[in-house]
Amino acid sequence: SLLRPAAAQQSITQDDLLAFDPVGNVTLLHVTDIHAQLVPVYFREPSVNLGVGEVAGLPPHITGKEFLSTFDLTPGSYKAYSMASTDFLALAKEYGRIGGMDRMATLVNAIRAERPTQTLFLDGGDTWQGSYTSLQTQGEDMVRVMNAMKTDAMTAHWEFTYGTERVEELIDQMDFPFLAANVRDTDWEEPVFESTSYFERGGVKVAVIGQAFPYTPIANPRYMIPSWSFGIREKELQERVDEARAEGAGLVVLLSHNGFDVDRKLASNVTGLDVVLTGHTHDAVPEAIKVGKTLLIASGSHGKFLSRLDLDIRDGEVKDFRYRLIPVLSDVIAPDPEMAAVIKDVRAPYEADVNRVLGKTESLLYRRGNFNGTFDDLICDALLSERDAQIALSPGFRWGATLLPGQDITVDDVYNMTAITYPNAYRNEMTGQMLKDILEDVADNLFNPDPYYQQGGDMVRVGGMGYRIDPTKAIGSRISDMTLLSSGAPIDPSASYVVAGWASVNEGTEGPPIYDVVSDYIEKAGTVAVKQNDSVKIVGI
Amino acid sequence: AAIAGLPSIALGAEKAEMRVAEFLGGATASEGGLSLEMPEIAENGNTVPLTVRVDGEATADRYAESVLILADGNPEPGVATFHFTPLSGTQEASTRMRLAKTQNVIAVAKMNDGSFMRTDNLVKVTIGGCGG
Amino acid sequence: MSKPRVKIPKSAAAGEIITIKTLITHKMESGQRKDKQGNPIPRMIINSFECTFNGERVFGCDMEPAISANPYLQFTARVPESGEFEFVWKDDEGSVFSTKKKIKVA
Ligand SMILES: [Mn+2]
Ligand SMILES: [Mn+2]
Repeated sequence: SLLRPAAAQQSITQDDLLAFDPVGNVTLLHVTDIHAQLVPVYFREPSVNLGVGEVAGLPPHITGKEFLSTFDLTPGSYKAYSMASTDFLALAKEYGRIGGMDRMATLVNAIRAERPTQTLFLDGGDTWQGSYTSLQTQGEDMVRVMNAMKTDAMTAHWEFTYGTERVEELIDQMDFPFLAANVRDTDWEEPVFESTSYFERGGVKVAVIGQAFPYTPIANPRYMIPSWSFGIREKELQERVDEARAEGAGLVVLLSHNGFDVDRKLASNVTGLDVVLTGHTHDAVPEAIKVGKTLLIASGSHGKFLSRLDLDIRDGEVKDFRYRLIPVLSDVIAPDPEMAAVIKDVRAPYEADVNRVLGKTESLLYRRGNFNGTFDDLICDALLSERDAQIALSPGFRWGATLLPGQDITVDDVYNMTAITYPNAYRNEMTGQMLKDILEDVADNLFNPDPYYQQGGDMVRVGGMGYRIDPTKAIGSRISDMTLLSSGAPIDPSASYVVAGWASVNEGTEGPPIYDVVSDYIEKAGTVAVKQNDSVKIVGI
Repeated sequence: AAIAGLPSIALGAEKAEMRVAEFLGGATASEGGLSLEMPEIAENGNTVPLTVRVDGEATADRYAESVLILADGNPEPGVATFHFTPLSGTQEASTRMRLAKTQNVIAVAKMNDGSFMRTDNLVKVTIGGCGG
Repeated sequence: MSKPRVKIPKSAAAGEIITIKTLITHKMESGQRKDKQGNPIPRMIINSFECTFNGERVFGCDMEPAISANPYLQFTARVPESGEFEFVWKDDEGSVFSTKKKIKVA
């Protein structure tokens, strides 16, 4: 193929990736935010990931060269390639794609073979959504795969966007528990799902408590899960932890989809948690972050990493630990044949569809970053053009794979960026004031200094409009200098603008599905190129 | 909508403080011993759960006679008043309220000995959407 | 019209503190809304709730228009002896809705 990873095969082996000096009696394996990526992809880490207030400058809010020096990673190494955005394009050509659940299975099975009675494999959620096949099978492809992975437990977020009935159906198909301690029914405020599972590993009773994404009904359509209520529920979590200790658990693990900063605050407020396996914010951190006695683990996204945490548990305490964030470099790992067969089988009915080439890209196309990503710029261009709008809005999702310059864009690639169950691309009139309110609202969800008021997404992307943002300002006063790019005129709060967007959480939103809008645009263009986007000015940081 | 015009916030907050003053009847409220538990971000402004808790069990010697709950960004700030008794056991109760927008929820407890406690908490009501 | 529902344990130990949950179907018309013609819709809410045990007050609540439709209340009660809880809701039109629940102290 065009992008043959030469150096990777020569210098790095599967054994290098698996190298680990074991310690203690329990091994936790963690993956999270796979976003239904069954086959290898490219994934560029963010170059902008700001923290505000107390977490400014702390992991995971460091990127690029600063990230490499903080964690003592050699520039140009495979670790540098997988964990930071520096020299991404050159290193992607050298080291190749990441992930693929057949490669993941190889790593997990090898560690299980080494630690047969000590290992737990846990999935932090955002597993069932994010690809063409997951959307077509309504999550069933991922349930099959995670059953075949012999997963021990999971929690959830985007899973809920298949709606109440489908979630219940898929839970029935699962061979392992679906844990969500923080979900209550809206009538009587009673638990909906199991909160805790107990496992015997290495002679230790391990309690795993699941924490679903606390803001699911706000970040995603509430009408799809009308009778379920979420929330952080710190006090109830403390009760579950105390309960687990009373049951004799020697190790208490929170399998969390809170997001890193929320978990950092939670870990300092809740006592008795040994390990928090974080998820949702897609951060990849190569060291365990200690908060009091609690270890925080951040395992990235898209099947790019497998986290291995060995723990020495004695007398109900962590006496020692060792941690490695293992990059899943697709080209140096032999695919597990059984898992490869499962993946082939679930993709077979859709092979022709997903491989259809829509066009080609001249630019690096990625999403992740606080303010804009080039694939989102492409989506905004598609919305402006296909929906004949002045301004485009595209949600600040953190999922979505990367495409290198020169790559074909397939249907698979477009769905990796857009596969949601509420895809309608609306075209509405909005006043300048409404646009300002939206930007301020999303900015506060990202930059409120108290992480419990954050939702963990990135800033909404805009096309056709520029603005200035000061993340350090208070709610309602971060955004200024909103400008209509086509005329250069300031956005008038009382004037109306034609706005196209997608992923509205409101029921009854009308318009063609976003994946069709983007596919049509790319097919018409043939080859796409995304111009440098300087329309968002960041100040105050 | 999340962003309110300043005048209506001021008006709601003013009305709320008038209700608090009336409830206190000239006494002053202390901090601590009273908590309000609510989601930091409301899922649905039409039904926002809240729990009020006064520390310690309710006994014949000490219990919260009345706990006034106000929302300072609603057109009318009144939400509810809970009345505990020695038979309540705990001094903890929950209900669900309507919040028009991002605002402070205020609780003021009047104990049977005539003392008062107060707590204020912000609940964000957002437009929603987006996520990781 | 308004149907009350109560969740309460059937039995308790003497002196135990139990949790009680109540729900009653009701629109809780706030008085803030307007109809299609622009005329204000008059306020019509449940404005009070009371729970008694063997005739003695356990917990009460005065409700205002900010209470959500289908008012929900959760509170606790200390159960000194076997007996009967009574739950009473009143609305702006003077309607009274009530229900009773027995509890056994072993
Ligand atoms: Mn995710
Ligand atoms: Mn998520």
